[in-house]
Amino acid sequence: MKTELKTNLKAILGRGYVRLVGAHREPSWVITETLLPLLTTAAFVYVYKALKAPEEFTGFVVLGGAMTAYWMNVLWSMAAQFYWEKETGNLEIYMVAPISRMAILFGMAFGGFYMASTRAVFVFLIGSLIFKVNFVLISWEKLILLFLLTQISLYGLGMVFSSLFMLFGREAWHTTNLFQEPVYLLSGFYFPVKSLGLTAGMIASLIPLTLGLDGMRQLAFKGGSEFGLLDVNLEIGGLVLLSIFFLFASHYALKYMEYLGKKEGRLTMRWQ
Amino acid sequence: MSYAVETKDLTRTFKKGKKKNNTNSKTSNLIMALDNVNVTINSGELFGVLGPNGAGKTTLIKILATLLLPTSGSALVDDIDVVKYPEKVRKKINMVSGGEHSGYGILTVKENLWMFSQLYGISNKIAKQRIDELLKLLGMEDYAKLKISKLSTGMRQKMNIIRGFVCDPQILFLDEPTLGLDVQISREVRRYIKTWVRENDEKTVLLTTHYMAEADELCDRVAIIDNGKVLACDSPANLKKSLKQDAVYHIEVNLMLDNLESFDQIPGVKKFAYEHKTQTGRTFLMFILENDCYISGITEVISNNSSQILSLSKAEPSLEDVFVSLCGKALEDENRTQN
Repeated sequence: MKTELKTNLKAILGRGYVRLVGAHREPSWVITETLLPLLTTAAFVYVYKALKAPEEFTGFVVLGGAMTAYWMNVLWSMAAQFYWEKETGNLEIYMVAPISRMAILFGMAFGGFYMASTRAVFVFLIGSLIFKVNFVLISWEKLILLFLLTQISLYGLGMVFSSLFMLFGREAWHTTNLFQEPVYLLSGFYFPVKSLGLTAGMIASLIPLTLGLDGMRQLAFKGGSEFGLLDVNLEIGGLVLLSIFFLFASHYALKYMEYLGKKEGRLTMRWQ
Repeated sequence: MSYAVETKDLTRTFKKGKKKNNTNSKTSNLIMALDNVNVTINSGELFGVLGPNGAGKTTLIKILATLLLPTSGSALVDDIDVVKYPEKVRKKINMVSGGEHSGYGILTVKENLWMFSQLYGISNKIAKQRIDELLKLLGMEDYAKLKISKLSTGMRQKMNIIRGFVCDPQILFLDEPTLGLDVQISREVRRYIKTWVRENDEKTVLLTTHYMAEADELCDRVAIIDNGKVLACDSPANLKKSLKQDAVYHIEVNLMLDNLESFDQIPGVKKFAYEHKTQTGRTFLMFILENDCYISGITEVISNNSSQILSLSKAEPSLEDVFVSLCGKALEDENRTQN
């Protein structure tokens, strides 16, 4: 039992290492993954300024812009990842190894979180400095808790997608593409999700970023609670439930998809 | 008796997909990838599975490596059922496929190998030590710090073969390990595989290939497989013997010999034929002898005819001949057609 735990922890570290190193080795990411998203953020800031929206909206947009890095990472480096791994032959290596398949997903998530954080911090700091965002922390403890729960449930969702897309061919790429823009809208990356109305907001809350962003805005800006969808404590509770659900769902989805793949011969696609 | 690998009536079918026939009704076809395969591999053995593309070699190896479920029958690895206890099987095995592009281009060769070693829980110290040793043994130490995106196909495959050995598995499955490699790299890889098995009594290798020479050179025993069926299984020498085909001696001499018909009368000669090339003035003699020892009698007769032997060779039946006799087709021809 102890040996198995040790092996799985090493596997998590090993798989995460690829992204820890990858986060810095190709400097082109500074342009493609931070400066370009910053342009979108800037566009929304100027729209709000032109409309003379409340000052908090600038902060809302900068925070949303920074959190985009996590969504992009979950979508492209988690959800579609097993498809790429299958294409290159890595999936076969993971499936033959004496480890829990969840260790690979955790490794991907842990490395991906670090990678996305470097991008998010960059966008957040530059955006805050350029647009002179005024933060007023209501409760930093709750803010950190909310951020961490958002990440756990978000990467949990990524792990579910990754498991479900494992047997996909090129359609994994298309499906991932299909999710990108609607979530930008539903999660309120660039506006308070309350604007969608309670029903749409609640449906959108199935995506962890919706509750996470809404809660963080309430806790980081003076008039944030005025634009909040739900009470922050309720949002924390919701994120706890989503985290538990997605982690369990990913475990079972992975187990089932692996069985299906082995049964149908689709776990590894080459030379069948 | 316990075996490193044992299959009992192992069968695997694949759906070919649905096709519409003339009556417009859908019919599904099944491909029989493995058809009641019974194979046993002893511990410490280097066992080859030889067959053309689509014969079922990869399917067999994938079932044994717990990547695929059999349709029926059973497969045991070190006496452990691959379907019931895949987790236990995985602790004893590793697998390398030919033509793999696995690994992460952003990492160096050494980093990739370390990363994969962590999937087996190997300590950092041992992993680094093994990686250094293997890189040296396979002549890759100069590439250790190079990103694998910069490696040639051959070098990348060599790295993957090293990956297979880093975790020091009890049983290693090699699926066409030298596929697409140049002669020099293939030779180095084959040499290492052979050494690894010979130096470790408990290590077993199951290697699939469609290269006859590779199976002949490396394997203690070979199973010839075609259309999912094992057609024969024995040592390369015994398989060749089973053909009951005689060795043929080819002798090239520099003159047209007198009384060539009398060569038939030399003791020990079963069959004799010749061909004289008038352009070069050389004569080619072909003999089938009752025993190798009779060759001296022939060389003596040639010398007595004041002729000089330019070349002498003995052609024994090859695994290719065995394959042709079993399958009714040549393996190399099939590969050429497919390429």
